[in-house]
Amino acid sequence: KNYRKVDEEFFEELEEILISADVGVHTVMELIDELKDEARTRNIREAHDIQPLITEKLAELLEGAEGETKLKVQEDGLTVILFVGVNGVGKTTTIGKMAHKFKQEGKKVLLAAGDTFRAGAIEQLEVWGQRVDVDVIKQQAGSDPAAVMFDALQAAKSRNADILLCDTAGRLQNKVNLMKELEKVKRVITREIPGAPHEVLLVLDATTGQNAMSQAKTFGQATDVSGIILTKLDGTAKGGIVLAIRHELDIPVKFVGLGEGMDDLQEFVPEQYVHGLFADVLDEAEAAEN
Amino acid sequence: MAFEGLAERLQGTLNKIRGKGKVSEADVKEMMREVRFALLEADVNFKVVKEFITSVKERAVGQEVLKSLTPGQQVIKVVNEELTALMGGEQSKIAVANKPPTIVMMAGLQGAGKTTTTAKLANHLRKKHNRKPLMVAADIYRPAAIKQLETLGKQLDIPVFSMGDQVSPVEITKNALAKAKEEHHDYVLIDTAGRLHVDEDLMKELDDIKALADPDEILLVVDAMTGQDAVNVAESFNERLGITGIVLTKLDGDTRGGAALSVKAVTGTPIKFAGMGEKVDALEPFYPDRMASRILGM
Ligand SMILES: Nc1nc2c(ncn2[C@@H]2O[C@H](COP(=O)(O)OP(=O)(O)OP(=O)(O)O)[C@@H](O)[C@H]2O)c(=O)[nH]1
Ligand SMILES: Nc1nc2c(ncn2[C@@H]2O[C@H](COP(=O)(O)OP(=O)(O)OP(=O)(O)O)[C@@H](O)[C@H]2O)c(=O)[nH]1
Ligand SMILES: [K+]
Ligand SMILES: [Mg+2]
Ligand SMILES: [Mg+2]
Repeated sequence: KNYRKVDEEFFEELEEILISADVGVHTVMELIDELKDEARTRNIREAHDIQPLITEKLAELLEGAEGETKLKVQEDGLTVILFVGVNGVGKTTTIGKMAHKFKQEGKKVLLAAGDTFRAGAIEQLEVWGQRVDVDVIKQQAGSDPAAVMFDALQAAKSRNADILLCDTAGRLQNKVNLMKELEKVKRVITREIPGAPHEVLLVLDATTGQNAMSQAKTFGQATDVSGIILTKLDGTAKGGIVLAIRHELDIPVKFVGLGEGMDDLQEFVPEQYVHGLFADVLDEAEAAEN
Repeated sequence: MAFEGLAERLQGTLNKIRGKGKVSEADVKEMMREVRFALLEADVNFKVVKEFITSVKERAVGQEVLKSLTPGQQVIKVVNEELTALMGGEQSKIAVANKPPTIVMMAGLQGAGKTTTTAKLANHLRKKHNRKPLMVAADIYRPAAIKQLETLGKQLDIPVFSMGDQVSPVEITKNALAKAKEEHHDYVLIDTAGRLHVDEDLMKELDDIKALADPDEILLVVDAMTGQDAVNVAESFNERLGITGIVLTKLDGDTRGGAALSVKAVTGTPIKFAGMGEKVDALEPFYPDRMASRILGM
């Protein structure tokens, strides 16, 4: 059998695949160098033998410590989850999907309409509330988002809710005032319920390129992000920047969005994700081998 | 390391060569490596970068740079010139039909900024061109999409045509066009639902709207933060619909916006407007030269 060789051409192709997946040129160069070293020391000559090594390496990076990719849901009492991110990435939709997921698990779920700014944002969340049969706590458009959160927390406590999912307006991370507003929203939550929010989920759009790193850094500083939700993976974009984010900032991906329907939210499985990154090169390599 | 400007990067390389007195072809090659890094970090598509580097290298290893006393500056100058040329020199205007109304159709991925841009454009046309636009709510899928456009319409006091979400977008468009004639609107702006370029059914829907409305302008709305996938998206929408222009949104952020170069390169279509904020007046004409500098971090 004629196996594909691990040569300069192989690494060049690998580099292109990773760059075109938005992993980012620096992380890619580092990775390729490590792989080259490893291939040399282990005397690996065939693509066939290096593939498990690549997959393992990347999956390990994304996996992190045991259970890190799971949501921190309180055993008993209320779990508050705050959703943050730039404009149009899929925060509100993800809340709808996640409400559905918790509802199916038999949890009592409430939604907080914390985006009081964007036209139609409250109505959008309300449609999702009706769709998955969950109540939405809201005020009118233009009101103070921190006040909405305060109301929602009181409602969640008095109604003995298990889960409160808090929507916020999309904002670009370089808008200082808007980031301050978000910090305030978070502070109000912590003041009302010590230990809350139990998760701060940064929603990232898989089509986003290198700017996602800046998003993760700035939202991380402002709100102490505990996990990432990578949306729109049903398209052709791969969202490879999450590798660099994990590498540099150590923020784990917890869920992925795979469509616009209520069932299109899945737990993040590192091996599966990494396989997706390389699907093209793996197929090609296999074809070359057969 | 990331997001460092090209000038700083080249400076680093130049410091290494400085003592040598003369710049060799190998030194230029090293500088071009830095240019490649800067473009990739700015999210310019890697295939576009490859072609770009090849053409710049030709000029850069020529006398112009090798003999120059300030090779770093020369490389930057060459790169900037070539990039500006590729972005498209002149500023491009929105279409005007010979016989009104001018029909403009918006298209793009989910969350790119179509609905917001529809409102911004209507506002722009009224304010800057004294036009009487009609906005059409043809997104029947996204929760509260119609409400979103209606709210923006109310804010601006610009009419929105809608028929709810139980009527097909083609049917909505047909009725909207009749209404526009009746009420003498000179621009009709059709807001469509976000869709993936690989979603065959929804791409077909855009085909159908286009066939019916025969738009004068089909604007692809692209998020400036888009990464490498921008070429796939732009290529697919262009092949399918024949787009006439691009609107680049969310340029008020801190993205380098290399996607601008990618979409321009693969479609050959001009970028007509830049979205500079969430508010309805945050739409600006697009300046190719400024974008070139921004991509390079200068
Ligand atoms: N294909 C696909 N579309 C998605 C996914 N998640 C969200 N969307 C779509 O992306 C668009 C934006 O989603 P939203 O939930 O409104 O995003 P957001 O972050 O709340 O937006 P803002 O509140 O305006 O900042 C909508 O059209 C959604 O249907 C996904 O996983 N896949
Ligand atoms: N900062 C900033 N935000 C923008 C800009 N353009 C749009 N947005 C925001 O981006 C988000 C998505 O905008 P929409 O107009 O709903 O996008 P869309 O393409 O219609 O989305 P779908 O209909 O779901 O596909 C909203 O939060 C807008 O306020 C811009 O130029 N700058
Ligand atoms: K987007
Ligand atoms: Mg939202
Ligand atoms: Mg829309």
